[in-house]
Amino acid sequence: MTVPADAVSGRRELVAGFVQRHGALAVLALSVVTASLVFESFASFDNASGIAIQSSFLVIVAIGMTFVIICGGIDLSVGSVFALGGVLAAYASRWGTLPALVVPLAVCGAIGLLNGVLIARLRLAPFIVTLASLLGARGLLLSITDEGASTYLVPRESSFVEIGRGTLWGLGYPVFLALALAALAGLVLQRSRFGQSIFAIGGSQDAAAMMGVPVARMKVLTYTLSGLLAGLAGTLNAARLGSGVTILGVGLELDAIAAVVIGGTLLIGGAGTISGTLSGVLLLGVIQNVINQIGNLGSSYQLVTSGAFLAVVVVVQTYLSRTQRLH
Amino acid sequence: MAEKLQRYGVYAAVAALLLFNAIFTDNFLQVANLRTQLVQMAPVVLVALGMALVIGTEGIDLSVGSVMALAAAVVPLYLGFGVWPAVAMALAAGATIGLVNGSMVALVGLQPIVATLALLVAGRGIALVVADGRLKQIKNQELLALGQPAVVIATAAVIAVVVAVMLHRTTYGRQLVAVGGNRAAANLAGLPVRRILIVTYVSCGLLAALAGVLATARLTASDPSSIGTLMELSAITAVVVGGTPLTGGQVRVLGTVAGALLMQLLRATLIKHNLPDSTAQMVQAAIILVAVYIARGRTR
Repeated sequence: MTVPADAVSGRRELVAGFVQRHGALAVLALSVVTASLVFESFASFDNASGIAIQSSFLVIVAIGMTFVIICGGIDLSVGSVFALGGVLAAYASRWGTLPALVVPLAVCGAIGLLNGVLIARLRLAPFIVTLASLLGARGLLLSITDEGASTYLVPRESSFVEIGRGTLWGLGYPVFLALALAALAGLVLQRSRFGQSIFAIGGSQDAAAMMGVPVARMKVLTYTLSGLLAGLAGTLNAARLGSGVTILGVGLELDAIAAVVIGGTLLIGGAGTISGTLSGVLLLGVIQNVINQIGNLGSSYQLVTSGAFLAVVVVVQTYLSRTQRLH
Repeated sequence: MAEKLQRYGVYAAVAALLLFNAIFTDNFLQVANLRTQLVQMAPVVLVALGMALVIGTEGIDLSVGSVMALAAAVVPLYLGFGVWPAVAMALAAGATIGLVNGSMVALVGLQPIVATLALLVAGRGIALVVADGRLKQIKNQELLALGQPAVVIATAAVIAVVVAVMLHRTTYGRQLVAVGGNRAAANLAGLPVRRILIVTYVSCGLLAALAGVLATARLTASDPSSIGTLMELSAITAVVVGGTPLTGGQVRVLGTVAGALLMQLLRATLIKHNLPDSTAQMVQAAIILVAVYIARGRTR
């Protein structure tokens, strides 16, 4: 039998590339179908809208994380910034809805900006800078809540809670906002100068600089965006809960990174998609939901499954990208 | 100048803090207080030493806190066989996690941060499954004896010396630094790069498990849901503040111990002067940034 070697390797490369880009979606579809067959209560509209609203906050955070990771960095501060955003929103809601939106976004954007400046201008490692701002943001949160002792409530008559609790066609507003942001982010990533620049920076920072990409400015913008989005997610969550819960967001950065990586974005930077991230977040949401359906399994099993999923996905990804690179 | 600051900055800072406390803090220089400070920092030192080795290979291990939890969960299961089998099983659990981490990094070629992130998430889950999600009181006197201040402090000190000797006086130590400095060159020079990486992650897992056992003995309870949370951050902070660059190729053992001591003294100072925890965290963040900024000059 004579099959040209080129054709075989070409086909393998094609398959590898396809699995890497759309693997999360395939696994998601498979999990949804299996769960619907096994659990009667899974495939109901109520359950689906529950998964959607719970995932919407993580989607918003993970969009920012996707940008950061594509440009070759990492942002560990998003969990703390998420919590800080929620507390600030609840605090500021006493002055009205607009301050409840503007105050957290301004502060969280400033934290992102600070991350970006330290990373891009002073060339400090993203990992360690955002680790420091994880601590710093949590410290700021504690200092405005009397060391975490007071929880600010959103005034009952405030229209701010409507943003988090309102529904349209049975789905919460945050779901639509998350989808709109994801669509916008996908467009920015694929079709704008900024998006193409961060792909270039993630691929090779030196090459990008030589091509005339304003590397430092683009990086600052990326981290600012990540801070803003984490703050926005925290704000929406506070609106939904009607209060600024101080203990939220611990470990959220890990969920976001896991979702992004499961979605096929490479941690070394230079490649990734928003749609993959969306699938990654939903996959984590479905796993959590299924484990809740089983009932007597505790949340500890959810940790085991999520961790195992992450490990399997990254191992497979590494092999796939190696297959692609070999040819 | 920058080089000196990076190398000796942490010792100067520790000396300054000690001096400040000796003058301005009541009852600071009493044996009881100093012992408390040392006991509190001992688990961090153990974990940070393992972390320093991993960082020396240009890696990172985020799973250390979960390994502590797993060790804490495993210990009470085997106490029926006696204290040493129980401790051995806990250490074996830690070594296993390290082996998985090391294999994913060395054989599969994953980035350390993702590989160990997966085990950070899964490790605590496994610990909670093993322990059935419950806190267990420890009543075994022999295990509780391991939690005495003298034992905990002595263990940390001995391990620090062992790690230092291993790093500076054995072939493995030199190889580790070579791998961290330039992996491709180490490979071309014929070093067993994969084996070195795996051994390093296993060592880190072992040390984290040991820290988990000692912390459990001190707590007099096995509490896998809370033990070791955010330990990875404290350990990385101690290593970085101690002057070990994140880019690999160098490990400072004494610096790491001093880094852990600095963060412990800082927290104690702020608490004793009635500054709230929030301030402590923000100061800690600032110190991390200053430390990496100083380190930047050399690593570039």
